[in-house]
Amino acid sequence: MSARGIFTRPARLSAIAPYLWMVAFFLVPFGFVLKISLSQTAIAQPPYTPAFDLTQGFGAFKAALAALSLDNFRLLVSDNLYILSYLRSLVVAAVSTSILLIIGYPIAYGMARLPRRWQGIAMMLVIVPFWTSFLIRIYAWINILQHDGLLNKVLLALHLVAAPVVWLSTDSAMYLGIVYSYLPFMILPLYAMLAKMEPALLEAASDLGASPRRAFWLVTFPLSLPGVGAGVLLCFIPIVGEFVIPDLLAGSNSLMIGQTLWLEFFTNKDWPVASAAAVVLLVLLVAPLVFYDRLQRRQLEGNG
Amino acid sequence: MAEEIPKGEPGADAADVPLLRIDAVVKKFGMVRAVDRLSLDVRAGEFFALLGPSGCGKTTLLRMLAGFETPDEGRILLDGKDIARVLPHQRPVNMMFQNYALFPHLTVRDNIAFGLKRAGMPRSQIDTRVAEMVALVKLEGLERRKPDQLSGGQKQRVALARSLARRPQVLLLDEPLAALDKKLRESTQLELMELQRRLGMTFVIVTHDQEEAMTVADRIGVMDAGHLEQVATPRELYEAPQSRWIAEFVGDINLFEGQVESGEAGRLMISTKDAGTISVAEPRQPITKTIVAVAIRPEKVKLSRRGPASDAVNAHAINRLEGVVTDVSYLGGLTTYKVKLDTGATLRSSMANTARIDIDAYNASQRVVAWFTPDDCVVLEQ
Repeated sequence: MSARGIFTRPARLSAIAPYLWMVAFFLVPFGFVLKISLSQTAIAQPPYTPAFDLTQGFGAFKAALAALSLDNFRLLVSDNLYILSYLRSLVVAAVSTSILLIIGYPIAYGMARLPRRWQGIAMMLVIVPFWTSFLIRIYAWINILQHDGLLNKVLLALHLVAAPVVWLSTDSAMYLGIVYSYLPFMILPLYAMLAKMEPALLEAASDLGASPRRAFWLVTFPLSLPGVGAGVLLCFIPIVGEFVIPDLLAGSNSLMIGQTLWLEFFTNKDWPVASAAAVVLLVLLVAPLVFYDRLQRRQLEGNG
Repeated sequence: MAEEIPKGEPGADAADVPLLRIDAVVKKFGMVRAVDRLSLDVRAGEFFALLGPSGCGKTTLLRMLAGFETPDEGRILLDGKDIARVLPHQRPVNMMFQNYALFPHLTVRDNIAFGLKRAGMPRSQIDTRVAEMVALVKLEGLERRKPDQLSGGQKQRVALARSLARRPQVLLLDEPLAALDKKLRESTQLELMELQRRLGMTFVIVTHDQEEAMTVADRIGVMDAGHLEQVATPRELYEAPQSRWIAEFVGDINLFEGQVESGEAGRLMISTKDAGTISVAEPRQPITKTIVAVAIRPEKVKLSRRGPASDAVNAHAINRLEGVVTDVSYLGGLTTYKVKLDTGATLRSSMANTARIDIDAYNASQRVVAWFTPDDCVVLEQ
């Protein structure tokens, strides 16, 4: 089939539109980042060499190409700072996602079992925080968690603590902020999965001798796994790259990769290393994405 | 002292105690009494059908037997024990669900084995039982499929095998064939009967399809508005309905209201507004009311050009009505006619097409004599 044949048909055009979007807004920018990650830092404008300048002719282009190197990636592997940042990011994401799943699942389950007319209201309550800017909500948490904040005032008033507790700039505050911010992303896919489950399946399980608890683990939970997968990935992937919440709520003694990246980029002005860090982060996150894709495909095959 | 054992004591008259006794059961949903002081006995080994229009409470009754609903009043005795408040997973009954409710994440084998595993059966025994069930419903070779990879008929079989696997004391079937097409439904009905007879198990089926109920069941309980209208064999239900409602609900019927005039020699004369005076066989139970309805099934009404060949002995006893054919529906096996009687009322008749070329077929607007014998009439008081 000729390219002409493809483009004259609106259906074909709409089919390739997402790819055009991906190329223009993901692949091309990623190409830039990748190229910068292979360059060397320099005090210049832009702050790296070599810079491709096509007006200088092909020879200069070839020279620039030869100047690219993997040095930045070697630096990432050799310096503890980066490896620790990556590790911390993965640990924080894993712990947060686990907490999100443990809190989110019962909420989604409860929502799915509400009478129909209440489900819409519960859904609204989950989504309502989105109406306020994310940053404002994090600043509100700072207000609540600070030395003379609401939380300490309440704890002191209830005589649960003798002196104000340090909440801010701790990992607890960071986890609180992350769980609070990402909870809707965990609840919504779980709820969607649980709400469409046939109630007759649980009746069948109970009819066949399964206690309510066993029926949950044997029927409800396995059937909600695609929702669990979606929720886990929707939370895990952005949390790995999270920058704002750890920056505002966590202490500064250990950094997540997002913060390290920011430091390299804005404080050290080392665009190439920052870019290399970003490329590695992306590669790390492709693994769970591939896993999820495979999971979904298996789901589709099952339904086919 | 032995003869002083009170009735109902275990072992006293075990043979007479039904396997399943529903005793004055009431179930309310808000203000609505879905099941209203209903009592019913189902014998061991019986194929019992609960038949009724939608919303009559038959599914609620079945769900109470399974344990998914708890009766507000009354008892449900299974083998002498009240199970009304026993949780579903602790009852020795199993249910085949309307839309099968197969576990989509489990294979055919695991679906069938689900109940056996819960019962704590050893693995080797489970394998034997599953193989037995798979053979019983003719699903060999499909054990590793998931429900989504099965046809409607195959799913139905898995659901049946799964509900039979635990060998329940009573198998409950909730509209088990509703999702199948007509041909498959009919053959499955026969298989279901055969299976029930072979296993000697007690089946209680809920259906809104009267043909299905009449085909499969030994006895049918017809429900309306939360209570049983009549419990009878299919033949009794059809030929001797107890009320107008039953007569009209089960099959087609011609109903003529009238007054009891006189009786002589096993005959009652009933004068009706729409069909003149009808001679009917005197019912076994004496009529107590004067206003009654005469019911005649359409296939008992014969049509002819001149009326029945006169037979000196009982010619006077045969009911003859004259009219004009207004409607002819050829249905293959039989043809139904609508006859507008001279009184203005409509009479329905259906006749089997026993010959391929029928010179006796009637056309619309043809004048005919419709006749039926007194024995074919049923007198209904309510």
